[in-house]
Amino acid sequence: MIVVNKELIGLDRVGMTYEAASGPVEALAGISLSVGAGEFVSLVGPSGCGKSTLLRIVAGLRPAAVGTVTVAGRAVREPIPDIGMVFQAPILLKWRSILQNVLLPAELAGQDAGALQGRAQQLLDMAGLSGFGDKLPRELSGGMQQRAALCRALLLDPPLLLMDEPFGALDAMTRDDMALELLRIWGERDLAREARKTVLFVTHSIPEAIFLSDRVVIMSPRPGRIAADLKVDLPRPRTVELRASETFGRLSLEIFRALTGRSGAGTSA
Amino acid sequence: MCPNVRLRMIKFQPLLRQYWPTVALFAFLLASWQLAVSAGGIREYLLPSPLAVWNALWHGDTAWTQHIWVTTLEIIGAFFLAAGVGVALGVAIAWSPLIANALVPFLVFVNTLPKVAIAPLFLIWMGYGIFPNMLMGALIGFFPVVINTAVGLSQVEADMLDLGRVFNAPKWKIFAKIRIPNALPYILSALKITATAAVVGAIVGEFVASQKGLGYVIVTTQSSMNTSVAFAALIWISVVGLVLYGLVVLAAQLWAPWAEGID
Repeated sequence: MIVVNKELIGLDRVGMTYEAASGPVEALAGISLSVGAGEFVSLVGPSGCGKSTLLRIVAGLRPAAVGTVTVAGRAVREPIPDIGMVFQAPILLKWRSILQNVLLPAELAGQDAGALQGRAQQLLDMAGLSGFGDKLPRELSGGMQQRAALCRALLLDPPLLLMDEPFGALDAMTRDDMALELLRIWGERDLAREARKTVLFVTHSIPEAIFLSDRVVIMSPRPGRIAADLKVDLPRPRTVELRASETFGRLSLEIFRALTGRSGAGTSA
Repeated sequence: MCPNVRLRMIKFQPLLRQYWPTVALFAFLLASWQLAVSAGGIREYLLPSPLAVWNALWHGDTAWTQHIWVTTLEIIGAFFLAAGVGVALGVAIAWSPLIANALVPFLVFVNTLPKVAIAPLFLIWMGYGIFPNMLMGALIGFFPVVINTAVGLSQVEADMLDLGRVFNAPKWKIFAKIRIPNALPYILSALKITATAAVVGAIVGEFVASQKGLGYVIVTTQSSMNTSVAFAALIWISVVGLVLYGLVVLAAQLWAPWAEGID
């Protein structure tokens, strides 16, 4: 059904201004971006550049002040149901079991949660959480909680996954593991490109962005603009060894330069 | 028999180690009290001896069962009234800013009133009986429930609410599935205060207007100078209060086991 490279997210000159005590603050300006179906795109930028805001604009949670946003060809003006969101904190409901947490979207969306129990269990198995469905969130480690949050985001099988620094609160080792896990769950190995979910992934980490993505979009400090849009020419499935490759290093440097606005040889800080 | 004894020792030893100072102090105070009264020549109507209080607790002319029952009923009624009204008002405040703006200043005003001073009015309006005393307890105890309910309902992560919005969940569903369970520990923590306040309210109500109840017993001892009975009534009040407080703590552990150490 989905044609390869068909646009899933379209942003056209999107701007965002919010009122602060000191007057209006321009958070985003002139953001134009097109993300194809099945594409994994990372947004990288300094703190406060509006990456998270941009994610919420795509989700329809915040209205864009100017410009147009479309998802799957439809203009986004209010929250759209065909997305899964993962935040920096797992934000699991502490009184619900892991399985009940994963089933929450069904209940919120007014669907039959009982009918989705099998799928929820399947997702937990896939995320390596078999046997943890009955546990309470506090009985799981931070990494496991975040996996449960990913399962929750995937429950209703949304075509679009919006991830806001999902591994930002994890330690470095867990973080690298989670990146590999995410690619596996995303179906890097066993799904055709057009069958994969489109992912918009906000991160602070340059290596994480390169390792995961097809494209890395670099944003400038406030007001957030697109400073660069780089294609990641690394073969899939991604392996840990790729981190040591020449391409990986070159991309890191390019992104670093685009982020800091430095060019030429004098890049050592 | 031998293993049994050992088992008991293991269970009781840490308890003993922790609480022997409490027990020792209590015993010392009781002994000093008894000694002061019997050897110090303090008159019985000023300070009855612990033995006299003990006798008054179990024997004597006071119909304890009836009085304890009435006071307990008042406290329980006050507690549930305060809990029900408090939670309802808290939900209303969190539900709509309009209701919040209308209610909060009024509630703050009611809370600053010394409730005890209203008790005589209750007598004029409602006469003698259990209900006015329940109402007094509820009036003293409901405010923390309102505040904690409203706070607990609003203490939800913004991301969690976004999650609800993504799925176009109706407001009542967000309340039922996210906000209210989230507020439960806050509510239960307020109910511990209410359990204590309900006791105060019931006794104050009985002081002002009653023919039954432990507060009434204390008032009557004033004229009869039967101080040991007053002491006995105090002990019964604290027993009733402690049991009810314990039940609330138990309920909190049962209903919100995930919320350890919120208060």
